[in-house]
Amino acid sequence: MTSDLLRFAAPQAFFPVAGKLIPWFSILAGALALAGLYVAFVVAPTDATQGESYRIIFIHVPAAWMSMFIYLVMAGWAALGLAMNTRLSGMMASALAPTGAMFTFLALWTGALWGKPTWGTYWVWDARLTSELVLLFLYLGFISLKEAISDPARADRAGAILALVGVVNIPIIYFSVQWWNTLHQGASVSLTRAPSMAATMLLGMLLMALAAWMYSIAVALARLRRIIVERERDAQWVRMQRAAT
Amino acid sequence: MIAIAAGVTLIAIAAALVLNAFQGNVVFFFSPTQVAAKEAPLDRTFRVGGMVEKGSVKRRADGLTVDFIVTDTAKSIPVVYSGLLPDLFKEGKGVVAQGKLGPDGAFVASEVLAKHDENYMPPEAAHALSKAQADKAAKSVVSPGAAR
Repeated sequence: MTSDLLRFAAPQAFFPVAGKLIPWFSILAGALALAGLYVAFVVAPTDATQGESYRIIFIHVPAAWMSMFIYLVMAGWAALGLAMNTRLSGMMASALAPTGAMFTFLALWTGALWGKPTWGTYWVWDARLTSELVLLFLYLGFISLKEAISDPARADRAGAILALVGVVNIPIIYFSVQWWNTLHQGASVSLTRAPSMAATMLLGMLLMALAAWMYSIAVALARLRRIIVERERDAQWVRMQRAAT
Repeated sequence: MIAIAAGVTLIAIAAALVLNAFQGNVVFFFSPTQVAAKEAPLDRTFRVGGMVEKGSVKRRADGLTVDFIVTDTAKSIPVVYSGLLPDLFKEGKGVVAQGKLGPDGAFVASEVLAKHDENYMPPEAAHALSKAQADKAAKSVVSPGAAR
């Protein structure tokens, strides 16, 4: 059983599997996003204090969650690649980074647009906002570093070390609102207590978060396939596949 | 594998120490209690945060200058501000003001930001909640002289 699964650690074996999975995750992402947007704009009520502008949470919160979670997954793959010397792990990390950077940018951008009418400013240097900006720089640094080194094995190792150093930033982002006085409000949804949010609002947010998950998987797999073909372009199986099409 | 785990742990400890050393600088605002205890940099510009005390917001004759009191229920500090207030600036809600402490003990703000809390609810629920609190407050009043 384990050996069956380990077989997919070879890029050659995982390539067709990824291809088969992409449509399923894409369909799920689309369906969940449609359901989530319906709940977000039609079902969920207006907020008592913020009015309609609170609806930014349906994109802002899932984006912020994904920005942190993708980084953890990326660093996990990087660590695995560093420890086990597996080729696919580094490619996985590379495939996730742009999506993570995109969600980080989205969280910062939507937060700024919401901040102006609500707080009275687009940006403040409080702990939450600053650490999230640092996360964006970590993603961009990771991507640039890997692109700058032409030898894939060396690029993977260097990227892995950068990704692992950056992991300390994730708990800082998450707990910043508890550890320090910040302008950003505390968490409305956490694992330790009941959410402080109306049920339909929460439902909309969770549907959008699931859609973001599915989207991330689909996009990362598609990017992974491209990276595999690029890196293994001289391998026998890629040549044969190219000849066949 | 062990080397990686050890490396990440070391970095985490280093980060924790650095953040601990910067504790004072990471804090975005000071509470009125901290200001009263002179923990805030009183000779420089700093931010004070807390709740806008109920019934404390007064607009001056020029129509732009506002006086209000920021409180953390233990201590409070009067604030003067000339300018536009954010939409969410309300009595009983969170606020962060940036400025300097004047010689008369009033905080002269150059910027006022509204601090939103983590509660999201429809207007009906908010109305029911405030009504329940008002009922509770009415019951807890013992002497009629205490009620205004």
